[in-house]
This record gives sequence, C-alpha cells and structure tokens, in this order.
Amino acid sequence: MNESAYLWLIPLFPFLGFLLNGILGSRLPRRLVSAIGVLAPLASLALVLSDFGATVISAASNCHGCGQVTALALPAAESLSYPWLAIGALRVDFTFVLDQLSAVMLLVIMGVGFLIHVYSVGYMKDEPGYARYFSFLNLFLFFMSVLVLAGNFLLMFVGWEGVGLASYLLIGFWFQKNSAADAGKKAFIVNRIGDFGFLIGIFLVLSTFGTLSFADIAVKLALAPGWQGMVLTVICICLLVGAAGKSAQLPLYIWLPDAMEGPTPVSALIHAATMVTAGVYMIARTHLLFDRAPVALWTVAIVGAATALFAATIALVQNDIKRVLAYSTISQLGYMFLACGVAAYSAAIFHLVMHAFFKALLFLAAGSVIHAMGGEQDLRKMGGLRTKLPVTFWTMTAAVFAIAGFPPFAGFFSKDAILYAAFLDGTGGKLLWFVSLVTALLTSFYMFRLWYLTFMGEPRSETSHHHATPLSMLVPLVILAVLSVCGGWIGLDRFSAYLAPAAAAHRPMPEGNPGLEFILSIAAVLVALEGWLIADKYYRRKTERPAQLAAALPTGYKILSNKYYVDEIYGAVIVKPLLAFSQYVLGWVVDTAILGGLAWLLAGVASLTGMILQRWQSGNLRSYAAWLAAGAAAVLLFLLLTGSPHAWSLPFFHSETIFKVSHITVIQTGQAGH
Amino acid sequence: MSFLQHDVPLSWYLLLSAVLFSLGVVGFLIKRNLITVFMSIELMLNAVNLSFVTFAYQWHEVRGQIFVFFVMMVAAAEAAVGLAIIIAVFRARSTLAVDRIDLMKL
Amino acid sequence: MHLILFFLFAGFCLAGAINLLLQTHPINSALSLIVVMTSLAVLYLLLGAEFLAIAQIIVYSGAVMVLFTFVVMLLNAGREERTLGSRAAARVGFPAVVVIFAVLATIVLHMQGIGSAHFGQGLSNAPGQSNLELLSQVLFHELLLPFEVTSVLILIAILGAVALAHVEGSKIPESGRTAEK
Repeated sequence: MNESAYLWLIPLFPFLGFLLNGILGSRLPRRLVSAIGVLAPLASLALVLSDFGATVISAASNCHGCGQVTALALPAAESLSYPWLAIGALRVDFTFVLDQLSAVMLLVIMGVGFLIHVYSVGYMKDEPGYARYFSFLNLFLFFMSVLVLAGNFLLMFVGWEGVGLASYLLIGFWFQKNSAADAGKKAFIVNRIGDFGFLIGIFLVLSTFGTLSFADIAVKLALAPGWQGMVLTVICICLLVGAAGKSAQLPLYIWLPDAMEGPTPVSALIHAATMVTAGVYMIARTHLLFDRAPVALWTVAIVGAATALFAATIALVQNDIKRVLAYSTISQLGYMFLACGVAAYSAAIFHLVMHAFFKALLFLAAGSVIHAMGGEQDLRKMGGLRTKLPVTFWTMTAAVFAIAGFPPFAGFFSKDAILYAAFLDGTGGKLLWFVSLVTALLTSFYMFRLWYLTFMGEPRSETSHHHATPLSMLVPLVILAVLSVCGGWIGLDRFSAYLAPAAAAHRPMPEGNPGLEFILSIAAVLVALEGWLIADKYYRRKTERPAQLAAALPTGYKILSNKYYVDEIYGAVIVKPLLAFSQYVLGWVVDTAILGGLAWLLAGVASLTGMILQRWQSGNLRSYAAWLAAGAAAVLLFLLLTGSPHAWSLPFFHSETIFKVSHITVIQTGQAGH
Repeated sequence: MSFLQHDVPLSWYLLLSAVLFSLGVVGFLIKRNLITVFMSIELMLNAVNLSFVTFAYQWHEVRGQIFVFFVMMVAAAEAAVGLAIIIAVFRARSTLAVDRIDLMKL
Repeated sequence: MHLILFFLFAGFCLAGAINLLLQTHPINSALSLIVVMTSLAVLYLLLGAEFLAIAQIIVYSGAVMVLFTFVVMLLNAGREERTLGSRAAARVGFPAVVVIFAVLATIVLHMQGIGSAHFGQGLSNAPGQSNLELLSQVLFHELLLPFEVTSVLILIAILGAVALAHVEGSKIPESGRTAEK
C-alpha cells in the first residue's frame, strides 16, 4: 500500500464548504455561497481524478477484450493512517484507503454531486435558506467521502451515521412543514434501526477477528481458507440489516418515499445516486465476509429480488411524479442487492454507477418539470410539456430509455449483467432471474407511463408561471443525459477487471456462457419493449382504460395505491405499542412513580429530618434537658456495649472508666444548669 | 448478732449513688421551677461524690477523696454563679417557670 | 452496726431525694436536699472519709443550701404552677433516665473485685496517720497547683455572681436616699 499524504484533502474540501457556508453563509452574498458550495466537490473531484483518473482511463483503454488482469496496469491502493483508538487490545486508526472501489464511488459521488450542486444554484435560487442548503449538501459530501474512503468498520460507521444525519437535515429542509419534519424524523429513525444491526455486526466482527480494519480482516481470512463458520453468517446478516436500512430494502424501505419531501436536488443526490447506494457499497467492500456465508448471500439476493418486485408493483399506480421515482429507486436498489447476492459484486457496482447517472437525471428533470409547473407534482395534472420544456423532454427521454434497459443506453448493460449472473446461479437463481424479468417489465411500464403522462398528450392543467429554466439547471441535465447514453459503453468486462482486486468474489463462480448471455439479453429487451407497448396502449391511445381497470379491480388497486398499507401495519404493530409502552411504562411507572417517587422521597427525608431536628431548637429548656439526658444515655450505652467481649470482667471495669464516665456526665449536667 | 456485724458490700453504696443520680435526672426533667431544677443538679453532683468516695475506699486511693474535694469547690462556685443568673433571669422575665423562659424559641 | 447505720442513712437519702421530686414548693425541696446532704455526710463517715464528711456539712449543707434558701426567699418563689409541659421531656427524657440507671446498675452489679466496707477501716496506710493528714499530704504536695487554681476559680465566681446580680444603674445608697431600681 502506498502512503498518500493528501487523501484527507478529499473529504476536507466539502467539510470546509460546510463550515464556511454554515457559519458565515447568511452574511455572505449569494454568489459567494454558491461558489463555495460548488467549488468544494469540484476540488475533491479534481483531486480524485488527478490521482486516479489517469490510471482509470488507462486501465479502461488498455484492457482490450479483457480476460486477464495485469498487476502493473492496475494501481495499488493508497492509504493514509492516523492513530485513533488504542484501548487494551483494540487498535483502530483513522485510515483512509483509496483503492479501485473507493475511486469509482468517489468519482460518482463527487462528479454527480458537483453536477447537482450546479443544478441547485438554479433550482434553489429563491430559497431563504440558501446558505444552509449548500452547507448541508457539502456536509453530506464530506460524510459520504469518509464512508467510502474508510479503511475500517468504525470509520465507515462514522460516515454511515453522518450521511444519515445529513439526510435528516436535508429532508427536513423546509422544516416549517410538518410533513417534511416528520419525514426527516422517519428517515433517521428507520436508518437507526438498520444501524443497530450494523453495530451488532461490527461488535461480532471485533470479537471474531480482534480487529476492525478491512485489510487485517482480509489477511486473517486468507489465513483460514475454507472456513465458513456460523458466526460469519450471523455477522453478514447483521450487516445486511444495516444495509437494508440505509438502502431502503424490505422491510426498512418505508422512509424513502416520504423522503421526497425534501428539495428535488436532494432527492437526486442522496436518495438516488449516493447515500442509498452506501448499503451496496458496504456489501461490496465486505464481500470477503459474505463470500464465506452462502446463507447470508442467499438472503441478500432474496431480499433484493423481493424488494425490486414489491416496489415496482407499488410504482405502477402512484400519481406523484417523485413518488414514482422513489419506488423506482427502491426497485433498482433491489437489483443491486440481487447482484451482490449472487456474488456478482462488480455487476452491482456497475449498475450502481449507471443508476446514479440516469436516476439523478430523472430526478433533476422531474425537478425541472415541477419548477415549470409552479410546484405541481401530480402526474394527472401534467401533460403536453414536450413542447414547453424541450431540453427537459429530451434528457428525460434518454433517462427513461436507460432505465427501461434498451440498448445502447446505460441501463441495458448493467441490468443485463445482473440478470445473467442471477440466471447462472443454480435453480434458485433461475427463479430470481424470472422475478427480475417481471420487474423489468413493470419498470419499463411505469417509467413510460410517467413519460406519457408528463410530456405527451394535451396539457391537463395550465402551467402557472412559466419562466425559462435557467442554464444552471439545464447543463447538468445534458451532461447526465450524455452519460446515460454512453456510460454503459465501458462494458462490464473492463469494469470488473478494474475492480477485481477490490471486488472479485472469493468463491467458486459458475461458468460463463456467451451464447446464453445473448439470448437472455434479447429476452430482456423484448420485455422492455412489451412494457413500452402496454404503456403506449393505456396512456396514449386508449386513455380511458386505466380508469376502467382500476374500477374493475377495486381492491387490488386500493392495496397498490396505498402501498400495501405497510406504513399503517407498522404503525399499528410497532409504533403504537412502543408509544403506549413509553407512555405508560416508561412515562408513568419509571418517570413519575420511580424517579418522581425517589425525588419525592429525598425531599421527604430532608423535610422530615428538618422537622425532627427542629425540635432540638425549640427554646424549651426541658426539651433541651431531655435531649441531654438522652445523649448521656447513648454515650453510656455505647461505652458499655463496645467494651471487651466479656464486658463484665474486671479488666474492662477499672476505676478509670468509671471516673471518666462519671466525669463526662457531671460535666454535661453541669453545663445544663447554665 | 452476726447479721448486724455484717459488712456492707460496697456495691450497695454504688447502687445508692446510681439511684440518687437517676433521681436527680428525673428531677431535672420534670420540675417546673428553675431553682428546683438547679437543686436536682446539685443532687446529681452529690451522687457522683458518693461513688468517688466509695471507689477511694475500694482502691485505697486518697486521690478519689481529693477529687471529691475539688468537686465540692467547683459546685459551690457554680451554685453561686448559677443562682446569680437565676436572679438576673427573674428580674428580666419576672417568672421562674422553666417553660416560660423561652426567648430562644424559633 | 455498720449495716444498720447504712440502711438508716441511705434511707434518709432516698427519702429526701424522692421528697425533693414530690414537693411543689421550692423551699420544701431545698430542705429535703439538706437532709440528703447531711445523710450523705454520715455515709462518708462510714466510708472513712472524715474530712469530706465535715466539708460536706460545712460547705454543702451549710453554705450552698443556705444560699439556695436565701434565693428562694429573695425571689419569693411560690408553688409551682401547672404550665404546658414539654413532650420531648416525657418521650425522650424518661427512657433516657431508665437507660442511664440500667447501665449504671448493670456496671455496678457485674463488677468484680468490689469488696465491702468495714467500720473503722480507712485509707490510712501508716498507723496513726489520720485521714486528714493523708489527704493534705497529697493535696499540698502534688496537687498544689489545682488547689491554687481552684481558689482563683472561687474568686472569679464571687466576682461573677456580684456582677450578674447587680442591678443596672443602682448606686450604693447614701443615707437618706433609697436605692433606685
């Protein structure tokens, strides 16, 4: 590992941006705030590019028809370490590691982040909390870069929690709205539930391996090849719980649709491109552990596939444009989890990068639409925007084709890779492949539904104030559209070869079959086409059919549009009992009865003692006399009882003691007389 | 008569001293006249003197008796001063009842 | 003989003490106390402390109790009134007295090595030496300093008593003029 002295600069720039904008932002002119906010990710991006970009490009271009991997062409990882915790046998350092996986993630984070910052300059132009917005956004970038650069579990957890915090701050950006504040809370709390699992996993890792550093764990695992203990499975399941919370998988996905209360650029950056992918990154980073736990891997795959299907079904009937995109994100994340579950980690990361491009683009374009519609987000009220917002229309079209999986757009390559890997993975894998195929059909359908409802046909409502979209919003759209079209052309082979030192699976992989791959990709394209045709039928030609279908299947429609009532179920089964518990047990029993009772008791003891002791100062001579006599009696008793064990024997009772006792008593009573 | 020639066990003297002392304390507690309370104190002092003399007899130690001598002197001085105080209190409060002299009451 | 004398004068002591408690007029209590003190003097005699017996009569019965009687008459103290009692005195005081007496009695009754008193046997180690000689030998040789200090103490007591009992602003009356109060 090479030592790199300036790795810490990568998180530093966004952190400085956060501090400057956060502390001074309200006093600085708008332009300066924007400049600070935008330059921070640009600087970090420049750093990453300068350090690795050259090697990335060279590796990408050198590796023609890659079957082999040359160690020379691929750079070794760089690391930067600073001592942090040294407690007994535990040693944890501030270790930043920039290897291939971190580099890819950082490119996405800083690159897409930069574009979204530029977009925000235009989108949030009229916001009063402008500086606060940019400072929080930079804070998010800081924590996310810490997360991907971390060289051990603890530092990763710091970043993990930090992005949760930044997400909370940004979702609740318009905190005056109750729904936004509640959504922020919900996101943070559900994330915390996942983090609990993550923490348990970290504790188990520590107790099993004695270290939290990824490199050390890799070394230890290499020393014991073939060991697949139960503890590894438990660790991986715990880590999966954490990943499911952060990446919005079943059953902890409920926060992501509500997180759409935040500003649209926030949704694009955090809840599409970067933060929600932290779970996938984490699994890829710790894949050495997952490779040793087949049960855990299967769980990951099943969770991913189930979530993908589940979310896709809900997205079919949503009417809020951002909600559709949110459920679409959950569904695509399910794909990435499925890829991890079949140990195709590189495919997962590949899809992660592609998804970042087109999902960010979708959200930003949706933001542009909402901006033009004056805040309207209901699909049923949109329509005919094709002519009014041409740039938005064409860029969003590119994104829709990408996500549906049409070649040669980006989504085709990555989704295809995932389906192929799933199919190869045994009979269970074939079932998962089928589920993913159905999901792809649904994805294509609902994305084209959104496309038709928004841009095609006649306008269903007036666009209230239609001013031209600023350039700062259009340029990122175009750049992302270009990436969505061309991004996939790198090809999975080159990508996996590049990532191999970091993310290659350490378990036996099934044999590849190029012919099969070709057939499967044809199937995927046909499915996507079918989805488009169905959407075309229902939303362009026979626009009355959706309503008729909904009327024909009322219960089904109701369940879907109410998101399977999951929130309500959670509310009744989990939230209400917890609230009742807090209110009655913790609130009444512990707080009022026990703690209040203790306080009351202490006060009572004090006042009771006071009442008793008050009698000693009564001013009454006789009571003084009585207490004096009592004191003398106590002294006598004490002397009698604490003498030698055989108190009646002569050595104890010699004249001095009696003299002393009488002397004391005489003096006491003599004083009493005065 | 041999019974009358019997010696008196010294413990009886001590017991008498204890009884007198306790009676003195009782008087100190229940008497309502200031002078009478003071007299109970003198009774206590005398009880103690008796026990001192008894022990002086027991251990053949004359210092016990000397101590009694000193106790007497101090008691006399104390009585003088104490009674002067009682006179002063009487002048101030015009009462000798112990319960009425409570200017230090809260 | 010793026994009879002991019982007699011990009885006087107890009777006087109980009478002190039972009488309501302070002058009766003072007279009972004189009885107690005189009986105690006899008991001292029985125990061979002749000097102390006489000193008891002279100092205690003859001076201190007379002082008490003077004050009773000076202040014209009447019978005790029924005033509100003190609850503390009853609830705390009496158990305390019981405890004190119990402890003392326990000690006394369980002491070992206590002998008995013979009539006529005193402290004197040397034959022919009286109790007074023995006492004064020790007092004026070893305990001279405490003795002198005691006399200073008595002087201070006299001064203190005069100062306390003095009435503010009253002068020694010249002939023909009454003392102002």
